[in-house]
Amino acid sequence: MTNPFRRRSATDLSPRAKIGAFILLLAWAFVVLFPIYWLFVTSFKTPYEVDKGPFYFPFIDFQPTLDAWKYILLDLGNDTIRPYMNTVIVGLSSSVIALIVGSLAAYALVRFTYRPRVGIIGLFVGSLVLATIAAVAGTPPPIAIASGIAVFVILAQTIGRRFVRSLGNSDIAFWLISQRILPPIAVAVPLYVLFQQVHLLDNIAALILTYVATNLPIVVWLMRDYFASLPRELEESAAVDGASVYRIVRSIVLPISVPGLVATFLIVLIFAWNEFLIALVLTSAHAQTMPLQVAAQNATRGPQWWAMSVLIIIMIAPVVVMAVALERYITRGILVGALKG
Amino acid sequence: MAEPGPSGPAPRRNAARRATETLGSWRSDGAARWLFIWPAVLLILVLSLFPLVASLALSVSKLVFNPGKVDLDFIGFFNYQQLLFGLERSHFLGVLKSPNAIGWAILLGVVAFTALGLVRAARSGTVRPVGLALRLAGGVMLIGLVELLVQTLASDGGRPGSVVVTLIFVFAGILIQLSLGLGLALLAVQQVPWRRTFRILFLIPLTITPVGVGYMFLMMTDTSKGPFEPLWVALGLRNFTWVTDPWLARLAVIIGDTWQWTPFVFIVLLAALESLDQEVREAALVDGASRWQSFRHITMPALLPVTTTIVLIRIIEGFKIIDMPNILLGGGPGTATQSMTLQAYIDWNTLNLGRSAAVAYLLLILVSVVATVYVSFVRRRVTDLA
Repeated sequence: MTNPFRRRSATDLSPRAKIGAFILLLAWAFVVLFPIYWLFVTSFKTPYEVDKGPFYFPFIDFQPTLDAWKYILLDLGNDTIRPYMNTVIVGLSSSVIALIVGSLAAYALVRFTYRPRVGIIGLFVGSLVLATIAAVAGTPPPIAIASGIAVFVILAQTIGRRFVRSLGNSDIAFWLISQRILPPIAVAVPLYVLFQQVHLLDNIAALILTYVATNLPIVVWLMRDYFASLPRELEESAAVDGASVYRIVRSIVLPISVPGLVATFLIVLIFAWNEFLIALVLTSAHAQTMPLQVAAQNATRGPQWWAMSVLIIIMIAPVVVMAVALERYITRGILVGALKG
Repeated sequence: MAEPGPSGPAPRRNAARRATETLGSWRSDGAARWLFIWPAVLLILVLSLFPLVASLALSVSKLVFNPGKVDLDFIGFFNYQQLLFGLERSHFLGVLKSPNAIGWAILLGVVAFTALGLVRAARSGTVRPVGLALRLAGGVMLIGLVELLVQTLASDGGRPGSVVVTLIFVFAGILIQLSLGLGLALLAVQQVPWRRTFRILFLIPLTITPVGVGYMFLMMTDTSKGPFEPLWVALGLRNFTWVTDPWLARLAVIIGDTWQWTPFVFIVLLAALESLDQEVREAALVDGASRWQSFRHITMPALLPVTTTIVLIRIIEGFKIIDMPNILLGGGPGTATQSMTLQAYIDWNTLNLGRSAAVAYLLLILVSVVATVYVSFVRRRVTDLA
């Protein structure tokens, strides 16, 4: 057997330095894994064992039981399954929608030319501000929205055409991507009021919509760089042969974009799966997701470590497994965005 | 359709474009152009821009509970005034006292540094007046922030409020995560056994919900039941709790945040390191450059652009911190670990919607200013160099 620490080339580290690097990496692996190991061990403990002080090894210094697992999965039953299903549905559907909507926009921003006029945008924002002020001042929301649209259409048709200055694709892209800067708390409270008006509070549809909007900037950002890195010759020759845009997207762009799409999907899914604040504001009982369920374990009798550990484990398991299986894609997806940024 | 966008491009311009651009016809014709972009624009308009405007409106109002319904009364900038100068000031900004000697030194240093930068920009002759004005504004805000930091942290009797606490979380976090992530990436890029396993393992914390991370670290830091109990006992700290000391509590939050986010820095830097051209480095080493020299002059300049992007992403995401301090310590002791988002959330929870919106708005302004200043002062310069 050859020494795994041997020097492989002139520029490689010396064996001693390599062993040092290996030990440091092991140390960080311990830092990463130990809290997760502790989570596992705790989930097999009884409340008494948790309270008595630290026990480290099942079967050696304590007898593992499945009590906590039974409690969470069987006794609580629906109270665990419902938030779990909510998380799965909200996470998957919001990520899929964000991916579709965002990728289409990203593709359009790379391949088409847009020239939105500054004046029209200004008018639109002005009308929006007026409508909002009217709504806050007491006008019924439908009337405020309708009159806002009316003001905008009239002004755009009359004086709007006089504005010549226009923006380009990069401005649209910057605007879409910069929405990620918005702190969720700044949008959460108005969204609470908005969804209350349309009776979507405590409904997973509201969560899905909101997550799509908060994750859209990430999709546009990553996929725009990805599409820009694709060669356009294939698409152009297909266009010359008379293929429609839809056909080109479906049968040329889609197949070669799979790696980028997978990476982006995973990143967005992780965000949606773990999101806490917006779910906290927009749901109360029916549409609660797993992060809220985990946080709720602290409520009445102090933290119940054993039950909480089970909940955290079942919650993180699918995402961790996916991330580990698709690690190559994630690194690549993040890097494409970060290198071009 | 009369929406923000080209409402029917002039035929002549269109023809010119068609002549210059290959395949201009399929690129500018058809419904696909609109179909592709509008869903995204509409979604962002409805779910980001509308709430933003509504939030601004909320922040200048007060919620009044009348029989049968809830009204919003316009109260002007009262919420902001209260946060910045009034009763809530000590909670939001902190207790401001005049700086001590170290504080003065830091403050004067930053003022001198900013002034020097501005003078150099003005004398270089390449900066336009608008750019100079923006730089001046950025510099003034930087000095203001540093003064706030100094008056609450480097002064006798000063105490940080949620703004300063958020800044500490963001920047201390970034500093630690960047150094750890860079170190680990440099180690993992070497030809050591199990490097692929390490890389997959190190990714895991990123995927765990921050709420879960908060609880995990609550267990880790427990001095009587946690896994490190023997260690605490040996150190004579058995009855000691992190949560009673403001700085240790903040440290606990930063440790949890670091555990979660170091992997992000790590994987991006590792991928960047692996995409580097190794031949230049090898040539330098063969020619007798030391490892430090090759790192300093070859690797580091190549990593700088990616690093600045990582920092930008961490600034943007870091300011949103709420889960960790909320779960770990409920914002306590007192308000020692209350981030701005947490403060806004608590205000919302106690139905003080106006003040909650005001805090959120000030947070938005702070992030935008910090991100813009960062991009124009640091990132652009670095990316130009690369």
